[in-house]
Amino acid sequence: MVPSDLRYTKTHEWVRVEGDVATVGISDHAAGELGDIVFVELPGPGRVLEQAAPFGVVESVKAVSELYAPVGGEVIEANAALAAKPELVNSDPFGAGWMLRVRIGDPGQVEGLLDAAAYEALVAEG
Amino acid sequence: MAYGPHTASDRARMLAALGVGSVEALFEAIPEPVRARGLDLPAALTEMELMARLGALAARNRVDLVSFAGAGAYRHHVPPVVDQVLLRGEFYTAYTPYQPEVSQGTLQTIYEYQSMLAELTSLDVVSASHYDGGAATAEAALMACRATHRERVLVSRGVNRQYRETLATYFAGTGLSVDELPLVAAGPDAGTTDLAALERALADPDRPVAGVLAAQPNAWGLLEPMEEIGRAAHAAAALFVAVVEPVSLSVLAPPGAYGADIAAGEGQALGLPLAYGGPYLGILACRDALVRQIPGRLVGLTTDLDGRRAYVMTMRAREQDIRREKAASNICSNQALCALASAVYLAALGPSGLRDAAATGAARAAELEAALGAAGAPRLHPGPYLAEFAVAVPDAVAVHRRLLGHGLLAGIPTAVLEPGDPALADGLLVCATELTTADEIELFAFALREELGAGSARGRAAPPAGAAAGAGTAR
Repeated sequence: MVPSDLRYTKTHEWVRVEGDVATVGISDHAAGELGDIVFVELPGPGRVLEQAAPFGVVESVKAVSELYAPVGGEVIEANAALAAKPELVNSDPFGAGWMLRVRIGDPGQVEGLLDAAAYEALVAEG
Repeated sequence: MAYGPHTASDRARMLAALGVGSVEALFEAIPEPVRARGLDLPAALTEMELMARLGALAARNRVDLVSFAGAGAYRHHVPPVVDQVLLRGEFYTAYTPYQPEVSQGTLQTIYEYQSMLAELTSLDVVSASHYDGGAATAEAALMACRATHRERVLVSRGVNRQYRETLATYFAGTGLSVDELPLVAAGPDAGTTDLAALERALADPDRPVAGVLAAQPNAWGLLEPMEEIGRAAHAAAALFVAVVEPVSLSVLAPPGAYGADIAAGEGQALGLPLAYGGPYLGILACRDALVRQIPGRLVGLTTDLDGRRAYVMTMRAREQDIRREKAASNICSNQALCALASAVYLAALGPSGLRDAAATGAARAAELEAALGAAGAPRLHPGPYLAEFAVAVPDAVAVHRRLLGHGLLAGIPTAVLEPGDPALADGLLVCATELTTADEIELFAFALREELGAGSARGRAAPPAGAAAGAGTAR
């Protein structure tokens, strides 16, 4: 449920770090809470994100929620597949439902994120 | 039985729970000078006295005038079926219901309004309505800013000045900015948007433009080069907003055909009477790609569990009851009754009826142009127009006032519409619709010729005021 190789935020985004590139998505728990996702609005390449600032929105049949940048940096790519198939966020949140690839501005920011155990504890708390 | 929501003891209990001594203490955060201090109302009147008083006030309106005034609000024939449908109790509210799907009939009327306006504008999505043309125009500009993540819009001075003022008010304090585009001063394109100025404004690399707003027909009745304006906007990755007059869309190219991303406009001409500025109807339409940016309610068509046709409020998640301060708009109220009037009007006239209304108005306007020209008031601008145009009249404000004595509302002085512009100091903006008759045009031309003749002869043999008034009553 909570992959151990990822880092997490309290706002339920996950990050996979490969070199200086972070892949960003939302957790299985978040996708489940939102319900059927019908639309994801993401920034285009070149947009510079600030850590913890909203970078997009995810819309489900019952709510629209902000997405918050787990790390700051420049957007390299947004997942174009989500435009036609936003339900990928529900069906494969840690895989095909990824949202952004970001060039990490400050690697130190990654260190401040939750690890899998801490995120699992957060979710368990409710 | 107390009809008030809170009795004195209710209030006392609430104040005690809050630990506040008085209701006034709750308003301490509001500066004293701007706090309301009761209403300054006269003593109560009996019903008889009140009706006499209101009757006397209403009698001060000039409802006898032959009108050539337009400038955003137009008199058209409204078939009686429109009012008859509006009077039905099921519809008689300005609001969409709060448990909307229970009211399938109401949702169907909104859906039909949206569908007919989508057809008229050739755009994909139409909101359930806004307050008026100015509000819809401002919302369109905000949509452009949200969609492009840019903070500056360009609005042609050919857009109705009141809409530009509403836009400026909406933008105040948001960090967004509005720059106005001048109109061409002279030559064959005089009075239309200055395309060179548009190109210059779009070229500023430090201030990227979210949207360009232009009106068709524009505030002087002139036809704008909408395709070119849209092309320039798109070349700069800005959206193009067309501010439109809906009756004209039956004979002019619709916004969807010339590349507009959003259309906004005043819907009064579609079945609503002229009434001191309202209640009117804000039309807002956009391309499908912008559906999540359009504010206000949207009604969609689907099927229920048994496969039957069902109308629903759709895309609700964008609205303020869910998104709070991040909603597409903080104004979710609409003009459901006015939108219903427009839907009934459009259904009653049909496409060919609406075309007849627009085409007849245009033909009457051409007759009006010829008659006023012969009376000594040539057009101010040379370019093509549909049913509204400005004419040069020396001392126009005074002439306009004197023509009231002939029973004529001689359009609107251009100096009133655009104060402070010397090029527009001496003109009248006039329009014709399918209601304008040959007799009315003749009366206007006759009275104007007399006025202009009197103006040039003033000091020699100015006719007595009574003679001028007599011309009006003799027709």
